[in-house]
Amino acid sequence: MSEVAAIGDVGQQSARVVGRSPWALAGRRLLRNRSALIALAGFIVIVVACCAAGWYADSVAHTNPFVSTVDGTTLIDGKQQPVMVESSGGLGLGVTPIGPTWDIHHYFLGADSQGRDVAARMLYGGRNSLIIGTVSALLCCFFATLIALIAGFFGGIVDQILSRVLDLIWAFPVFLLAISVSTVALTSDIPIGPITLSAGSIWLPIIIISVIYVPYVARPIRGQVLSVREKEFVEASIGLGASNLRLIFSEVLPNVVTTVIVFFPLMIATNMLIESALSFLGIGVQPPDASWGTIISDGQGLLYTRPWVAIAPGIAIATTVLCLNVLGDGVRDALDPRARLRVGRR
Amino acid sequence: MRHYRKPLAIAVALAVAVGAAGPAVAKTSGQAAAAKAAARAKLMAEHRGGTFTMLAKGAGGSLDPQINYTLQYWQLYQSTQDGLVAFKHAAGTKAFTLVPDLAVALPKPTDGGKTWTFKLRKGIKYSTGATVQPRDFLWTFQRIFKVHTPTAGGFYSGLVGADKCLKTPATCDLSKSVVIDNKAGTVTFHLVKPDAEWLYKLAVPHASVLPWGTPNKDMGTKLPPSTGAYMFTKYDPNHELVLKRNPNFKQWSVDAMPDGFVDSIVQKFGLSVEAEVTQVENGQADFLFDFPPADRLNEIGTKYPNQVHINTLFADWYAPMNVNLAPFNNKLARQAVNYAIDRNAAVRIFGGPKTAVPSCQMLPPGFPAYVAYCPYTKNPGSGKWTAPDLAKAKALVKQSGTAGQKVAIVGANDEVTKGMLTYLQSVLNSIGYKATIKPLSSNISFTYIQNTKNKVQISVSQWYQDYPAPSDFLNVLLGCGSFHPGSDTSINISGYCNKKVNADMQKALQLGIEDPPAALKLWTKVDKATTDDAAQAVLFNPRLIDFVSKRVGNYIWSAQFYTLVGQVWVQ
Repeated sequence: MSEVAAIGDVGQQSARVVGRSPWALAGRRLLRNRSALIALAGFIVIVVACCAAGWYADSVAHTNPFVSTVDGTTLIDGKQQPVMVESSGGLGLGVTPIGPTWDIHHYFLGADSQGRDVAARMLYGGRNSLIIGTVSALLCCFFATLIALIAGFFGGIVDQILSRVLDLIWAFPVFLLAISVSTVALTSDIPIGPITLSAGSIWLPIIIISVIYVPYVARPIRGQVLSVREKEFVEASIGLGASNLRLIFSEVLPNVVTTVIVFFPLMIATNMLIESALSFLGIGVQPPDASWGTIISDGQGLLYTRPWVAIAPGIAIATTVLCLNVLGDGVRDALDPRARLRVGRR
Repeated sequence: MRHYRKPLAIAVALAVAVGAAGPAVAKTSGQAAAAKAAARAKLMAEHRGGTFTMLAKGAGGSLDPQINYTLQYWQLYQSTQDGLVAFKHAAGTKAFTLVPDLAVALPKPTDGGKTWTFKLRKGIKYSTGATVQPRDFLWTFQRIFKVHTPTAGGFYSGLVGADKCLKTPATCDLSKSVVIDNKAGTVTFHLVKPDAEWLYKLAVPHASVLPWGTPNKDMGTKLPPSTGAYMFTKYDPNHELVLKRNPNFKQWSVDAMPDGFVDSIVQKFGLSVEAEVTQVENGQADFLFDFPPADRLNEIGTKYPNQVHINTLFADWYAPMNVNLAPFNNKLARQAVNYAIDRNAAVRIFGGPKTAVPSCQMLPPGFPAYVAYCPYTKNPGSGKWTAPDLAKAKALVKQSGTAGQKVAIVGANDEVTKGMLTYLQSVLNSIGYKATIKPLSSNISFTYIQNTKNKVQISVSQWYQDYPAPSDFLNVLLGCGSFHPGSDTSINISGYCNKKVNADMQKALQLGIEDPPAALKLWTKVDKATTDDAAQAVLFNPRLIDFVSKRVGNYIWSAQFYTLVGQVWVQ
């Protein structure tokens, strides 16, 4: 195809999409991205499965995955067998939890060292991981956008102060900061206004993760705000006498929101990984509650005899993060103006 | 004097018996000793040499023998440090026997048990080449207070003037309570009151002698001078601790400080316990300091049964309940918890029935004054725990009026303790409480649960004996004197202080000097009373699994200091 013809095609495409909103265009682009759609479907399946945790535990597996059942039994091949099997060979040392039965009614993925159903804990754990990942990403993106808008729009001393605060938070080693805050919170409750963060509260990892990643999201958005602030249409609005509030929310925000949207799924993935790491270290979700990180931590002591306890949540984390990253890429492609050319060529 | 009648009678009887047997007995015992020495010399010739490699997850902290309070290094000090007396280097509970070490003989107390005079052996040298002198003991005991030895306030507070030393350690002067006579070569201790356990307290590493002039600050990673068979030659807490033969050591008592077989002992740090097991399996290392992980127990028990040693520990895993906080300020609530706990389940979490024995009482089986007693079981009477009694537990909770209250269970966040916390949560919920758990870092949990300011209702803790006396469990863990509100070092975690029981404890301590058998009977009564008061729920007595490499020989388990690392051979 010659260059002229190609330009001509683009011109025709442009003519066809006239009248559609940028969001509709983005939606169309996203729907044409098969990888992103598969990732979205995968993510939805995971979310639905995790939301069904209570139903699975109560009605399918008939188990309470938060209660120690070291003296429990289960049905395997029609026979009642102990969940924790005492060694009968050699010196008779050790007690090993049963491995995967691959029967969804009875310890599908086996038991952990407390005799709890790993499959049921996986689903409950996934729910916690998803909630923490999503809510912390929401909070993180919200505060990051707010700070970026204020810093980038007003500039000067406001920008200086906010930017240094962000630098300060970002300069702290992420895990050291998280460990410090968590340790304090675990030994004594932390009052934040009317709310008191207590040990074991799911809000603890949510707040920690959302705070430590605010600079990561805020800094590029601030850069964009600085750029948009100098655009002609903003100058025009200023000339028309628009207030700062109107300028920020009507002129600047709509032009940076796509970046925030692109960040959001990626931040869910990142935050889920951080949550898993914190829980693995014992400072995220507190037992007997589960998250995928805590289940990996529980499975660490069973790697030789029951590796599935650690492998299963590992696979779940990897799959979810992969889905979110591919979806995030798809959203970026859909919202990125440069992607229009690719759509035009299809 | 009346109270000395029994030991005196035994001594007289022995003397008469020996006299009657005449020189034949003396000759026989002399021959036996000579034969024993010859056999040991033969073994020494055959097996002397090599390096014994031990593995530990991490270093044990300061190497200062007056500061370190970990089994990890106490196991080593038994081959490097000496005090006036020592626990016998022998197998099992024979190790509870006290033998003279730097002292010529075990003294008899005078002044009603308040004065103890030791005569020093002559010519014993430190690894530095200096000779051990009486004045070193004055320096050593003052140093205990100046460097804040963890047991300064517990073990050595009975010395005259110790109270002042505890208040102002920097100016500690014990010259009136640790009296030295360089000419006679004696050291005399003056105590405020009789202490039947004084010799035990002198036999632990915190009382091991250090040269006059040793800096009165924590040695940290600096190497302490040794008087024993081995001396420390390198300490890098990130890498390894190395012990080699002490060139100035000449064996003076095979019971107190025997010569070692291996030329050097190396303790390496930094591997995961899983990796440690693999190294010992492969013969890359000889000994695992840490407890083998639960998922490797079956493997080592079936594949390497000859390299595994299962040893009885004099220790408790227990759940102290705060008797000053609801709901456990109610005795019925505490008893309910005791009835509800399935000790077998706790044992399973710990590693199975071969690794621990269920228990209800503080004194462990086989310990002085132990008489099996367990009211908190189905079908009580045998003294042994058999099964939980949930119905009774629920009834007691109802009767106590504490049902529905919130309870937080606190403990360390290591794998096993976390398992215990989760299990206890299930138990408490099942009898009507709303339980949550609070696993804390192992570094802070032990002090956290001791401090009343943290308002801990129930926790999970462990206690391992320091020396073989019932008071080390009962008086230390449940005596009124061990309860210090607002302090991080209030080892009476439950805050239990029953004045009548405490009076019995004090009486038993006093009787220990005058009439030891009567004291033991009284301790048995105290053990029963504290079990009935249920200030804690004892879970089980753990056992220790030692896993050694194929080449390790002469493995000896001492009930006092565990594996006698200086006595193993590797070739």
